[in-house]
Amino acid sequence: MTSDAPRPPPRRRFFGAFGRRELKGLFWQVLVVGIAVAVIVFLWSNTVTNLSARRITTGFAFLGREAGMPISDSLLAYNPRDSYLWAFAVGIANTLRVAVIGIVLATILGTVIGISRLSANWLLSRLAAVYVETLRDIPLLLQLLFWYVLMQALPAARAAWRPIEGVFLSNRGLILPAIPIGTPHLWVLGTAVLGLVVFYVIRRRLIAQQMRDGKPRPAWPFAVGLIVVVPSLVSVLLGVSWTIEWPELRGFNFVGGLTLAPEYFALLIALVTYTSAFIAEIVRSGIQSVPRGQWDAANALGLRRSFMLRQIILPQALRVIVPPMTSQYLNLTKNSSLAVAIGYQDVVSIANTTLNQTGQAIEAIALIMAVFLTISLGISFFMNWYNSRIALVER
Amino acid sequence: MTAIADIPEAPRAARRPQIGNPVLRWLRANLFSSIPNGILSVVLLAVLAKGIFSFVQWGLVNAVWLTPANDSSACRAVRGVGACWAIIPEKYRFILFGTYPFDEQWRPALAVLLFIALFYLSTRRALWRRELAYLWIGALALISVLMWGGVFGLSFVSQDRWGGLPVTLILATFGLAFGFPFGILVALGRRSNLPAIRSLSVLYVELIRGVPLVSLLFMASVMFPLFMPNGFNIDKLLRAQVAIILFAGAYLAEVIRGGLQAVPRGQYEAADALGLSYWRKNRLIVLPQAIRHVIPPLVNTFIAFFKDTSLVLIIGIFDLLTTAKTAIIDPAWQQFSVEVYIFIAAIYFAFCFAMSRYSRSLEATSGR
Repeated sequence: MTSDAPRPPPRRRFFGAFGRRELKGLFWQVLVVGIAVAVIVFLWSNTVTNLSARRITTGFAFLGREAGMPISDSLLAYNPRDSYLWAFAVGIANTLRVAVIGIVLATILGTVIGISRLSANWLLSRLAAVYVETLRDIPLLLQLLFWYVLMQALPAARAAWRPIEGVFLSNRGLILPAIPIGTPHLWVLGTAVLGLVVFYVIRRRLIAQQMRDGKPRPAWPFAVGLIVVVPSLVSVLLGVSWTIEWPELRGFNFVGGLTLAPEYFALLIALVTYTSAFIAEIVRSGIQSVPRGQWDAANALGLRRSFMLRQIILPQALRVIVPPMTSQYLNLTKNSSLAVAIGYQDVVSIANTTLNQTGQAIEAIALIMAVFLTISLGISFFMNWYNSRIALVER
Repeated sequence: MTAIADIPEAPRAARRPQIGNPVLRWLRANLFSSIPNGILSVVLLAVLAKGIFSFVQWGLVNAVWLTPANDSSACRAVRGVGACWAIIPEKYRFILFGTYPFDEQWRPALAVLLFIALFYLSTRRALWRRELAYLWIGALALISVLMWGGVFGLSFVSQDRWGGLPVTLILATFGLAFGFPFGILVALGRRSNLPAIRSLSVLYVELIRGVPLVSLLFMASVMFPLFMPNGFNIDKLLRAQVAIILFAGAYLAEVIRGGLQAVPRGQYEAADALGLSYWRKNRLIVLPQAIRHVIPPLVNTFIAFFKDTSLVLIIGIFDLLTTAKTAIIDPAWQQFSVEVYIFIAAIYFAFCFAMSRYSRSLEATSGR
């Protein structure tokens, strides 16, 4: 092509006739959007025909009907006579139960392993490396089936393992001592959370004042008052009991305590161990990304080790850690849908049963998508907010 | 917790005067550098020794390696104290090739070898040219002929009899082969300055990435027949393959978009200044640079697909994991699922570990 020819080459005369770039762009957009719309209309009209042939009415009216499916392990009270809508709510609660606890545990375990990989102890760092490499390179579904088989191979309730007093591990799952939670407990916890928020606001103001006049103002009395004293008062006023209920074996099963069903426990272990391997790598590279000079400078200032980690190293490492961590959290949440393979009834599994019972395929899949998109957006928003808080503030 | 040692340019313990036995010196520097470190080492060694000892007891000493065909009595005798590796020679043909006709199983075996050869050749830097695309097309066509047959005197085998490792490799590789060009188009669309095309691409990528693969597979297996005109239907394996391609396309598009962003602005401007058309600019200038940037993350994405193909178990397609799970339905061998899972975990691990090693070596050399 010659450099002094402003005219387009002859073979593109078709577009050349339009003359302007905008028209060409418009042509492409109309073409692509047209194809997309045509495909969607084609699929939609087929679907409508097929559905009417099978006498399935589209729409979400079926949600009000009686579900009739059993849900063995649920956080919310449920019985098969409840509606499909409530069954979905139970499924969403089950998904959140495994995802939220999984995210917390995977973050803790992953951080410990990531730091272990950087340990001066050769054996510890090697072991952490083997852990990461092994778990990352085996499909999660295979690991999940493996854990589930191990759970089923555990002894029966009567011969349950008791690693610690009050904790039982058997083919009925993991049974832990627990405090039975009622509405008054929620009031106390609510007060504590509110106290935490108020404390956070007060602390910001104290820091702002200290920035102005340089006088240090301790924040801990507020913390004690708002997070410990006030909730305790509420607890005493409402007469809330905090006695721990110990599980005990009666007949063939356990009574009391908190039971983690084998399906839930297997899913939780698989998700936590698998995701922690990825988180460990993120944490390791995050810490390694902090330049050596930062450590040296903090040492030269004579800072205490905990202060140095908290105030110098971690804030810089977190900037590298948080964005990839967000996608790991999203992955864990999406991976929790593998529950369907071992019969833990999360939202995907319940949608699948609904779909088989009612034939409302489109609605069921649309509900799954809506639930996961909402959860994903929620996590993304939270992590983006957190990320912008810790991001480098340039003056 | 122990001190953090592996910080860039950390002064190494080896700078100290080199005296004494080198083994002792190594032990001292790496395991017993301080008292807490020493205690940790001893505890870890004890735990490790116990773990290895019980695994050796179970997996080697008390294990049963071979039994007469279809007789698991020897295995049941050692149940709980020893492994039953005998299930592997008993079932390996089914696990690896599913219900493919027994006498024809050299064909999927050859297909697996072809896949491995294709992966190996794709890692050679000297072959990263246009010819590699022809090589892929040729190899995939050859694999299709081998699997289906019906020509050159090979008997026809319909795809509902395919199973095991070839199916896993087919789902992952065809997912990549078709998802990759598609991903390039979507990535370009997402960076296009035409608003309609950009929003369509964003919508597609975010929708697919926002939902679990399981729900896409359900959609492919349950909703696809609803989408199509009455009487028109395609095979279950192909429907799952389409779902995996759509899934792969969205994830690959995001990786490629990262590469496109890494191409300096000047390159685009220079291409525009030369008067290149949009497609020629991307094909000749932008994409070659962009893709080179993202080869390590592309390999990692491929590893993820390779593992994710196992999810087709949920819609009942006979990939490696499903054949393994089916092999242990046999009542005589039911209790020995752990051994089978370890066997296929080793296969998955071998593939993924080789690829992740390769990706790491690329990352190490790409900076130079």
